[in-house]
Amino acid sequence: MTDLTRLTAAETAEKIASGEVTAVAVTEAHLARIEAVDEKVHAFLHVDREGALAQARRVDEKRASGEKLGPLAGVPLALKDIFTTKGIPTTVGSKILEGWIPPYDATVTRRLKEADIVILGKTNMDEFAMGSSTENSAYGPTGNPWDLTRIPGGSGGGSSAAIASYEAPLAIGTDTGGSIRQPAAVTGTVGVKPTYGGVSRYGMVAFSSSLDQGGPCARTVLDAALLHEAIAGHDPLDSTSIDAPVPSVVEAARNGDVKGMRVGVVKEFAGEGYQAGVMQRFDESVELLRELGAEVVEISCPSFDKALAAYYLIAPSECSSNLARFDAMRYGLRVGDDGTKSAEDVTALTREAGFGDEVKRRVILGTYALSSGYYDAYYGSAQKVRTLIKRDFERAFESVDVLISPTTPTTAFPIGERSDDPMAMYLADLCTIPTNMAGNAAMSLPCGLAPEDGLPVGLQIIAPAMADDRLYRVGAAVEAAFEARWGHPLLEEAPSL
Amino acid sequence: MPGITREEVAHLARLARLELKDEELDHFAGQLDDIIGAVARVSDVADEDVPPTSHPLPLTNVMRPDEVRPSLTPQEALSGAPAQEQQRFKVPQILGED
Repeated sequence: MTDLTRLTAAETAEKIASGEVTAVAVTEAHLARIEAVDEKVHAFLHVDREGALAQARRVDEKRASGEKLGPLAGVPLALKDIFTTKGIPTTVGSKILEGWIPPYDATVTRRLKEADIVILGKTNMDEFAMGSSTENSAYGPTGNPWDLTRIPGGSGGGSSAAIASYEAPLAIGTDTGGSIRQPAAVTGTVGVKPTYGGVSRYGMVAFSSSLDQGGPCARTVLDAALLHEAIAGHDPLDSTSIDAPVPSVVEAARNGDVKGMRVGVVKEFAGEGYQAGVMQRFDESVELLRELGAEVVEISCPSFDKALAAYYLIAPSECSSNLARFDAMRYGLRVGDDGTKSAEDVTALTREAGFGDEVKRRVILGTYALSSGYYDAYYGSAQKVRTLIKRDFERAFESVDVLISPTTPTTAFPIGERSDDPMAMYLADLCTIPTNMAGNAAMSLPCGLAPEDGLPVGLQIIAPAMADDRLYRVGAAVEAAFEARWGHPLLEEAPSL
Repeated sequence: MPGITREEVAHLARLARLELKDEELDHFAGQLDDIIGAVARVSDVADEDVPPTSHPLPLTNVMRPDEVRPSLTPQEALSGAPAQEQQRFKVPQILGED
């Protein structure tokens, strides 16, 4: 019998639609897989067994009554715990929201349900999506399915680990500085940060509102495209949602081709700090693109060197403002309210007890960057860097169709190695941050294993805003060529759990 | 380049309504000093004649028609409240005794 957890989302949906398997059987297989391996992986913070089975039964009933099913009907999915889910706990990986049951669904949650996708549960993440390792979760770290002693990336490490360990074929992540792409890179999976405004942020707990973007995580480029199409599109409830047609990502993923395309290699993303095996696999990807008929040129984006510094002023500034809503008054944790303390004192005591170290560091850093006397030198300059980054991208996309780079400078590092060294941790997002600053689209997909440690390496593809389809066109071509070379998907080389 | 002192961190924490413990102040002060030292390089562009970008999209106000539409019931809106009374959020005292 086929192992239902090994199928792609596209295959699963096809088998359900044709009646070869039921959605309930598919859901049960994934719940059993979670039961069997999640004690080790810890990808999930909450598994909604009853809700998932009820949704699966609805899909089977729909099919039985002859209703038309969507392209992902009955496919199980792991949802990052940053999206509100009516009646299901949403913690954002923080103690400050422990036990909170949202009274409403995020737009992404609603669209998943409308697409008849089965939400298995909520995945682990760095607290408030701040981190690159998932070690900042208040609920303990997640293991990388390739080596459980290593990080699965972050902040969406639960989502990447869930799909890499076959607990779900699909997951949703959010990407503020790389939190979809870096976890995808270090787990050998596919992750896409759509164009800013492409996927609604309504009901997605805010970290840095001008950078945050939800997007798909999957094991194949086509599956990511199918999920992208299910969640993207204008939403009147998000004033920064783009009111334009969603790029034809599924069509692009079905027609992978780079012949005649111009591909730019970002010159700045190499050199000191880049692992030799990562660069080796990246260089092979460049060669592969040439063999497939792309014209590859080197492109310089000089302001990218300052992107990380600017990001660590802008993101903390926005977060210090956004997280002010956690005041212990309307929802979430309240500490120290013994009848003698003022509301202000209760707020301060609650935030002290409810926030972890990284959140506190960033709130303080943002408060500093926005304070008078420092504002111009820090926040003001960071905004100028942001303009320069946008200009670098605009200039690059005048001469190339997409840019490429390694997704992250190293493979997955050991849990604990960087957890108390913030600057070392921040370097994991060196190559992913510029895309968030400019608001354009990017993908990470597997390009092999680093020879020195046998761990996955990610290839990043970057496209202009609203040209998300290019990611899928290039990604599908690269994926097909690599899999033909390897003889199988990269994930099949992962050790069994 | 000005660094950040323990006293400044304590002041910022108060502004941000974080009741930090002494050992946290010691710990964070050193780390924040390192981070600020690293991010200060953005000020290289401080004097350049470049407009600031605050957002990837050219934002304008987005309005919706002023129509009644379904919303949360009072019970739903209060469902996560740490304390409530008479269909309202119950909060600790806001003004002092005197």
